Amino acid sequence: MLSHAQSICSFKLKSLKAGILALAATASISAFAADTAKVNTTGLAITDDTVTVGILHSLTGTMAISETGAQEAEKLAIKQINESGGILGRQIKIIQEDGASDWPTFAEKSRKLLVKDKVAAVFGCWTSASRKAALPVFEKENGLLYYPTFYEGLEQSKNVIYTGQEATQQILAGLDWVAKEKKAKTFYLIGSDYIWPRTSMKIARKHIENVLGGKVVGEEYKPLGNTQFGSVINKIRLKKPDVIYAAVVGGSNVAWFKQLKAAGITSKKQTLLTISVTEDEVLGIGGENLEGFYSIMKYFQSLDNPNNKAFVKAFKEMWGEDSVIGDVTQAAYLGPWLWKAAVEKAGSFDIDKVVEASRTGDIELTTAPEGYVKLHPNHHLWSKARVGQWNKDGQATVVFESELIEPNPFPKGYQ
Amino acid sequence: MQFIYEKLLGGKQGAVGFFILAALILIVLPLFLDMFRLNLVGKYLTYAFAAVSIVLLWGYGGTLSLGQGIFFGLGGYAMAMFLKLEASSPENTAIQSTPGIPDFMDWNQLTELPWFWLPFHSLTLTIILILVVPAAFAYLIGAAMFKRRVGGVYFAIITQVIAVILTVLIVGQQGFTGGINGITDLRTLNGWDITTDSAKLIFYFLNAFLLLGVIIVGRFILTSKVGSLLLAMKDKEDRVRFSGYDVANFKIFIFCIAAVIAAIGGAMFTLQVGFMSPSFVGIVPSIEMVIFAAIGGRMSLIGAVYGTLLINFSRTMFSESFPELWLFLMGGLFIGVVMFFPNGLAGIWQSYGHYITRYFAFADKFFPKEKTNLPQLNTKES
Repeated sequence: MLSHAQSICSFKLKSLKAGILALAATASISAFAADTAKVNTTGLAITDDTVTVGILHSLTGTMAISETGAQEAEKLAIKQINESGGILGRQIKIIQEDGASDWPTFAEKSRKLLVKDKVAAVFGCWTSASRKAALPVFEKENGLLYYPTFYEGLEQSKNVIYTGQEATQQILAGLDWVAKEKKAKTFYLIGSDYIWPRTSMKIARKHIENVLGGKVVGEEYKPLGNTQFGSVINKIRLKKPDVIYAAVVGGSNVAWFKQLKAAGITSKKQTLLTISVTEDEVLGIGGENLEGFYSIMKYFQSLDNPNNKAFVKAFKEMWGEDSVIGDVTQAAYLGPWLWKAAVEKAGSFDIDKVVEASRTGDIELTTAPEGYVKLHPNHHLWSKARVGQWNKDGQATVVFESELIEPNPFPKGYQ
Repeated sequence: MQFIYEKLLGGKQGAVGFFILAALILIVLPLFLDMFRLNLVGKYLTYAFAAVSIVLLWGYGGTLSLGQGIFFGLGGYAMAMFLKLEASSPENTAIQSTPGIPDFMDWNQLTELPWFWLPFHSLTLTIILILVVPAAFAYLIGAAMFKRRVGGVYFAIITQVIAVILTVLIVGQQGFTGGINGITDLRTLNGWDITTDSAKLIFYFLNAFLLLGVIIVGRFILTSKVGSLLLAMKDKEDRVRFSGYDVANFKIFIFCIAAVIAAIGGAMFTLQVGFMSPSFVGIVPSIEMVIFAAIGGRMSLIGAVYGTLLINFSRTMFSESFPELWLFLMGGLFIGVVMFFPNGLAGIWQSYGHYITRYFAFADKFFPKEKTNLPQLNTKES
């Protein structure tokens, strides 16, 4: 009871503080808070003091476990933006829809958000398949989607801002690191069988063979949801690669790492680098099963900088002490902030003007938890790649950090 | 005239039901729904093809298929392949390593179009294949099983297995099929933009007429001698066999018809939604299609359409209003219907309709005193 009362008290205090902040901010902004007709010439759902956006993630089905963090982060960002005065003097209202882990549903709900609700932006999608399903809808209805997942690249739509890394950003720096630090020459590639692992491995193979002068001694793909890795593990034992390079996704990861451990392949004897494990997955796999292995991501919850400390604290306050924050969650958090920056630069909510502002190359966030990010005219973010080594407690120690890497969704020489 | 009335519409009760449904989907819904909702109804009605096919196969044929998604998917993929080839003209795909092939093939390092994609350059061939491929596939499955007298639960399980195999195949062979993403970004049909509102409206009505046509064909089959035999087989298969009929052939026939009907639904789905993906081929969609038929009433072709509409409308409404809770509401709906109305929506009408209409003079016409006008075999033990 007591803690409940306390939380109410602190909530009131907080909201009071927020109210004052908002008032002050509105007052200072109202100078250029142009009237609605001017900032909204295309009939979006915008009033004199509110603007409506959509959040579209899977709340049910197999993807719900992955997408929950993303939608929580987006709500946190929107709450913080509202507390600091909103966008162009308007508070953000959210309409949430459930993609239900079903690609056609993503298309249906995108249409609903754009056509019925006239939202000014949508934060959502997670898998490539859901993005591919929703993409024609966004292009047809001229909507704006902020997409948070690291993905395979090979895409650049006028109507999408990609806040996660495309494949080359995530992969190349990590491979360079492992070649240099671990003197790795031979690589074994394993992934789940769909477009993202396949594209990533294609890029990795070209880099290993052409740039690093190494050798790929095996390349395998397992169906999504596969839980039998015995034969792969036997082949790995036979080939003795310097590095296992993995892009196994979702629930398969649990079986993959447990079977590796059971077969005696641990970090003591074997270097393993994965591009598909974040804090969210470790929660399911168990830190003890991948202790000492490496992940390449742009963000880890343990990042030691003031932005991230504030972000982690705010996230835990809003969503509970036990919540973990993975790469995609952080990328999703950037979405509303990038949108805010672009809208304010454009001085308008019109999709075309916001896109144009986003393309100037001037949209940047100095407060991003991952550090400084900047929006490239190709709709992707400049960002750093980091290698984290997993600990028993499910957190990673960052052992390497690259420079800011330019996004390159259509890499020459890697196709 | 008498032929049309009795055979195609199924007598007075059937005719009234048919015209009410036709009025609903051809007049009422287009008048009262905006384009967005109407397009959704169009999508639901494509599932109704599968539900109608299950009524024929399960309700009358007594053979439960848990793999109608296979045929829905085959029809949908065939249409999607045609549209994708059109969308992948060399001008549209100039940034690829190999222009002129679908984008996902390029991502998977294919450099030329696989041979089985070639027929899909032609719309005529595509339409023929939409009808022939599912029928041929159903014939293979049906012949392999019914000739060996595999039926009942075993048939259901095997169809389910085939649905899984086909899903794994599509997902695994992503260079040829688009993998888990499916075939996306379909925009034009012979140069005609299918994403516009006017195109969607045309497809809606095309779809509605096709569905009504399929129901009439279904009625015709059921009121013919084949229909009587199907019903007889369902009740006492051995007796029909001992009477000299080749039971397997009739089952294969109705299975093929059901496959073609589901495939038409799949093709219409692709046209209206603009993509096709393996999530329509597997077990879950296949079982959902059975649920549509069960909720509508598995002995009623028209009931299946209402069942499909009810479930999908509820799904959309619940998930829009309660994004966190909607699955529980759907579960409640299923359990409620099965517990209280085991014969589905059609059963409600049969059991309770006379309470509503008894005050009207025409009540007797809807609910005649004799039980039913379905042909019946004498199944009393002799």
